[in-house]
Amino acid sequence: MEQYEIFEHDVLVIGAGGAGLRAAIAAAEAGLTVGLVCKSLLGKAHTVMAEGGIAAALGGVDPQDNWQVHFADTMRGGQFINDWRMAEIHAKEAPERVLELERWGALFDRTPEGKILQRPFGAHTYRRLSHVGDRTGLEMIRTLQDRAIQAGIDVYPEVTTTALLKDGARIAGAFGYRRETGRFILFPAKAVILATGGWGRIWQVTSNSWESTGDGAAMAYEVGADLRDVEMMQVHPTGMVWPPGVRGLLVTEAVRGEGGVLRNSQGERFMLRYDPQKKDLSSRDVVARAINQEVLEGRGSPHGGAFLDVTPLGADRIRQKLPNMYDQYLKLADIDITKVPMEVAPTVHYAMGGLRVEPESGATTVPGLYAAGEVASGLHGANRLGGNSLSDLVVFGKRAGECAATYSRDLPATLQVPRDVVEAEIVRVLAPFERDGNENPFLLHEELQATMQERASIIRTGEGLQKALEKILELKERSRRTRITGSRMYNPGWHMTIDLDCMLTLSEAVVRAAIARRESRGAHYRLDHPNKDPEFGKLNIIARKSRGEMTITTVPVPPMPEELARLFT
Amino acid sequence: MEEAILRVFRGDSNGGEERIYRVPLKPGMVVLDAIHYIQAHYDADLAVRWNCKAARCGSCSAEVNGRPRLMCKTRLDEFRGTDVRVYPLKTFPLIKDLVTDVSWNYQVARQIPPFTHKEPEGKPFIVHQVDVERAQEFHKCIECFLCQNVCHVLRDHEGQSAYFGPRSMVKIASLEMHPKDVLDRTGLLREKGGIAYCNITKCCEDLCPEEIHITDNAIIPLKERVADKYYDPLRALLRSLAPSRRREEST
Repeated sequence: MEQYEIFEHDVLVIGAGGAGLRAAIAAAEAGLTVGLVCKSLLGKAHTVMAEGGIAAALGGVDPQDNWQVHFADTMRGGQFINDWRMAEIHAKEAPERVLELERWGALFDRTPEGKILQRPFGAHTYRRLSHVGDRTGLEMIRTLQDRAIQAGIDVYPEVTTTALLKDGARIAGAFGYRRETGRFILFPAKAVILATGGWGRIWQVTSNSWESTGDGAAMAYEVGADLRDVEMMQVHPTGMVWPPGVRGLLVTEAVRGEGGVLRNSQGERFMLRYDPQKKDLSSRDVVARAINQEVLEGRGSPHGGAFLDVTPLGADRIRQKLPNMYDQYLKLADIDITKVPMEVAPTVHYAMGGLRVEPESGATTVPGLYAAGEVASGLHGANRLGGNSLSDLVVFGKRAGECAATYSRDLPATLQVPRDVVEAEIVRVLAPFERDGNENPFLLHEELQATMQERASIIRTGEGLQKALEKILELKERSRRTRITGSRMYNPGWHMTIDLDCMLTLSEAVVRAAIARRESRGAHYRLDHPNKDPEFGKLNIIARKSRGEMTITTVPVPPMPEELARLFT
Repeated sequence: MEEAILRVFRGDSNGGEERIYRVPLKPGMVVLDAIHYIQAHYDADLAVRWNCKAARCGSCSAEVNGRPRLMCKTRLDEFRGTDVRVYPLKTFPLIKDLVTDVSWNYQVARQIPPFTHKEPEGKPFIVHQVDVERAQEFHKCIECFLCQNVCHVLRDHEGQSAYFGPRSMVKIASLEMHPKDVLDRTGLLREKGGIAYCNITKCCEDLCPEEIHITDNAIIPLKERVADKYYDPLRALLRSLAPSRRREEST
């Protein structure tokens, strides 16, 4: 039988973006041994792409701001299907986490008094986003990466995890392989933290990097964890449209935060019609659908989007506050945004739904399995506010790291990883090299993306979703016939067969949950149920594996306590 | 349909060869798009490292027609009428095809003493924009390691045991010029860091995709600090009489 390496840790963190790094630091600072598994090289995770800023009620530029206002903005944005306790913890702890980043070396842009500067962003009442130009995520990941390598964490770069392992009901570790050699690794661990991010790659037009294939969520689903509200997929209003190679690439909301305005082909500031109060800085679901509507009604830009004009700001300010956007358009689209408007259209951006977790600890429904960041759910409800994801990573990353450490330390038993499960996993993962078949995993992925884009994106119908489900089930069947050639060394085709399985699981969950939610709320818009339904407003949709099949149920949204509910009256 | 002809290196540490692929061109297509097309339609096992395809992560470094670049930012229409040769970074050991082993850079990073401050607990920093801007330039680094790849000390003279390379100089500069940092890393720069090996040819600065002024703003000021500390005769005399304890020493 195939040999494999074994590395044991008290706590294993899978995913090395902001949440994974913060969790690993917390667990290591608690005195435990920590392994950190990265799908890519250290410091390359999707967090580097975050642009606009990190939301925290520091009150540095708008002293009226406080945690209650941030909490209320987050709940309103999420259309009240958020977990109120997560929103409360997040709003209260985000300022500490931002100041902690500063004390660890992050250099945020400053106010004239030398405080951390905060910029306005969609649906935030006050100026709230601490930032570094338009590369806040890079600043954050580098700061955390530096801290992590000093904390004595064992880092496993370019390791793909394929399965979580259990001993009875409890998590006992994870299994995967090194991409460089194709050799397997077993990671026994009493506690595992998933910080694996989202699954934007199942759509055609997305701002997400290659890593966002839902691996963590799919692995957790396989061992019985609950997925919550995965129909809630944020479509960011502004992605690049042209040329085709860059379609979907993010255009930060900071463009509008700094004063950029949207116009249609007739030069009209159409957001004044859709949301006269918040205008261009309305919540993302509203702006995305408005652009979509303008295009449908024939007022789109030449390549099917809207114009985003930032020229009145002047060239100097644009280059100072939006240097990446300037460079991105100039190099990739031959457009100088200091002189002419950008062309933008909605792009799939962020998974609000994900693993169902306890608000305090990030514990999933599987003992010993924790989740933080985009893979978890609850904070953002039906629509995430810009800037709340970066704060989510550090607030809940820290908590998951601490709670997983406590759980691991207090667990008396030693756990056994069943050998037959490991051996079965090896057979499963190597199957594409061995079996007969003629399906190409890259092309199956393209078919999946086309289906999800057409039927499960910004506008959905019950009928379209049903067709999408049929197509996903067909693709699932065909994915069992993918065939791979070449060696196991750094083989992207092989890797895609594994990613594809995860993406098909998530697609099925998204579509089944979207069928179940017969209303329109936040990011989820059903043409056949165009209004909010107060009954669905009390429910979270759960996808769970039961007897080998995906089942959909609902659970009540936890009711807010009186003193918080008063904030909305 | 118009086509691009790509000549891509295929092989591993045991050797390899150039293979020719024809890829249909789309407007605005970049080299990385063509590599993905090859994976999907010809060779699924063509190894390439990439993440964001937005020039944010610095993963897809390669040598395109001899020049080290990010594949996601290199447009194919730049090469109309000529073949496009895509090779792995030369300075680092080859793993497979376009993927090299860049782990040395991470080993060096571990040897650099981290940001250290002496500010009172619980108080937000007060620092001014003009003071953070200097270090912010260095924070733009996406760790693509193109500068390490092109640095002739590392590339042609196998100087990896003698010199940390431009990326690490930028890192050290970011810490040294952080307005709240209290460490002194000149000892490290002079000894293990090997800053003297840089003879300011500016090849690194010339191809930095983030347009960081690596030589002018990071390496030269650091060289000046080292010279100031170790080679100023007056200071050497004063030091021998009364050793300064104002800044903590670190090597």
